[in-house]
Amino acid sequence: MIHQYKLNGYNIVLDTFSGSVHVVDEVAYDIIAMYETATPDEIVSKMLEKYGHLPDVNEAEIRECIDDIEALKAEKKLFSEDVYEKIAKTYRPSNYTIKALCLHVAHTCNLNCTYCFASQGKYHGERAIMSLETGKRAIDFLIENSGTHVNLDIDFFGGEPLMNWDVVKAIVAYGREEEKKHGKNIRFTLTTNGVLLDDEVIDFCNREMHNVVLSLDGRRDVHDRFRKNFAGEGSYDKIVPNFKKFVEKRGDLSYYVRGTYTHHNTDFLADILHMADLGFTELSMEPVVCAPGDPCELTEEDMPVLFDQYEKLAVEMISRKKEGRPFTFYHYMISLDGGPCIYKRVSGCGSGTEYMAVTPWGELFPCHQFVGDDAYSMGDIWQGVTNTAMRDRFARCNAYSRPDCEDCWAKLYCAGGCAANAYHATGDIAGVYRYGCELFKKRIECALMVKVAEMETE
Amino acid sequence: MKRIVTVKTRDLKDSAKNGGCGECQTSCQSACKTSCGVANQNCEKNSK
Repeated sequence: MIHQYKLNGYNIVLDTFSGSVHVVDEVAYDIIAMYETATPDEIVSKMLEKYGHLPDVNEAEIRECIDDIEALKAEKKLFSEDVYEKIAKTYRPSNYTIKALCLHVAHTCNLNCTYCFASQGKYHGERAIMSLETGKRAIDFLIENSGTHVNLDIDFFGGEPLMNWDVVKAIVAYGREEEKKHGKNIRFTLTTNGVLLDDEVIDFCNREMHNVVLSLDGRRDVHDRFRKNFAGEGSYDKIVPNFKKFVEKRGDLSYYVRGTYTHHNTDFLADILHMADLGFTELSMEPVVCAPGDPCELTEEDMPVLFDQYEKLAVEMISRKKEGRPFTFYHYMISLDGGPCIYKRVSGCGSGTEYMAVTPWGELFPCHQFVGDDAYSMGDIWQGVTNTAMRDRFARCNAYSRPDCEDCWAKLYCAGGCAANAYHATGDIAGVYRYGCELFKKRIECALMVKVAEMETE
Repeated sequence: MKRIVTVKTRDLKDSAKNGGCGECQTSCQSACKTSCGVANQNCEKNSK
């Protein structure tokens, strides 16, 4: 399977199953499009008709291009075959070992964001914070179930995790002791709204947190529309200085300033550029997750606007890089020669199998987006995974499990998509969130184009 | 090739032979938290 598209002056051909990317001229672009359905003579005739007026297009040139395409096909870099279905059916991430936990250390929040998928941090339940005992047990549970994995991930999430900061620090200290004993490397990460981000937190994060995600939606009016405190006041002016201080002290360590866009700010490029202009360079902006019918929900009419925004973002990133003021956009980070292996590309994020969320009371869910939905409870950190049927269902969710993905060129970039998105959009983790797919494909097209443009200038 | 430039990419079929170690970061954990993809994860073996 191939995917051809034109973007920002580049003609790009992606060979889905080898992962090969080709940049071609107009003639080669059209020949590749005809290659599998036309004879060489038909191709020559058609190309001479269309491009024969150009000085470098004659029959010999066209036949040479056809030969080049034939050679790439022989090298399995064009029109390569799908040989991964068996992997999708048989691969289980290390026989159900667990490598990542999202610790909900605080089901409470100091903001009252109206669009919050977690219902202001409470996940449709009571306010709760995780005890140190539960946090320590989560570390033990992860290590006990990690098999031969060395690198383990723990994300402190909420609600707002800084509302249970002493426990976060104590869990990290315990994790550092235990990782040494067991030959593991725990990467701690933290997601915060920034309200309680002070010097002490910053210094601790810079010592211990592999990555920190800072929630900012962009322009002040966009951010403050939803991200308000309980008095109804916007939080922008409170958190931006904290984030600036954090990033200043962060040095080269990893962080993301992460926003959410909704139906109300489909011009989200302005928000990303606002973040960049504030001095933040590691940026992420996500489509809202909300209930069908919510006023925030993205609509069919929003799609072309959003596609245009992603394309303009890509062009702007290329331009700013040339000007010496680059920034990174999470979804355009793509390593063409060092990216994930086919197993990862087929099996996806590992939710419900190697990645799970832990509630303040130690209950396990397939990921943070299922917390609060009792139908998706999987067990707890003392008894382990008892809902093995649920685990099996999540294990079967992969790049080859959905009929809609069968002919999709992007399936080895998304692994079949986010199970939670699918569930929220269709009621089934094996469903397809169509808008999510369309946005994802646009982002991949843009990401590949940015890479191609960067290589051209290097 | 005059009209085709092939970008250097990881051969996915080859990655079936030496991949699957499971050491790479869990995709959703690192930044998005809401719209997971796998394309932007780095291979742990390659990044060493």
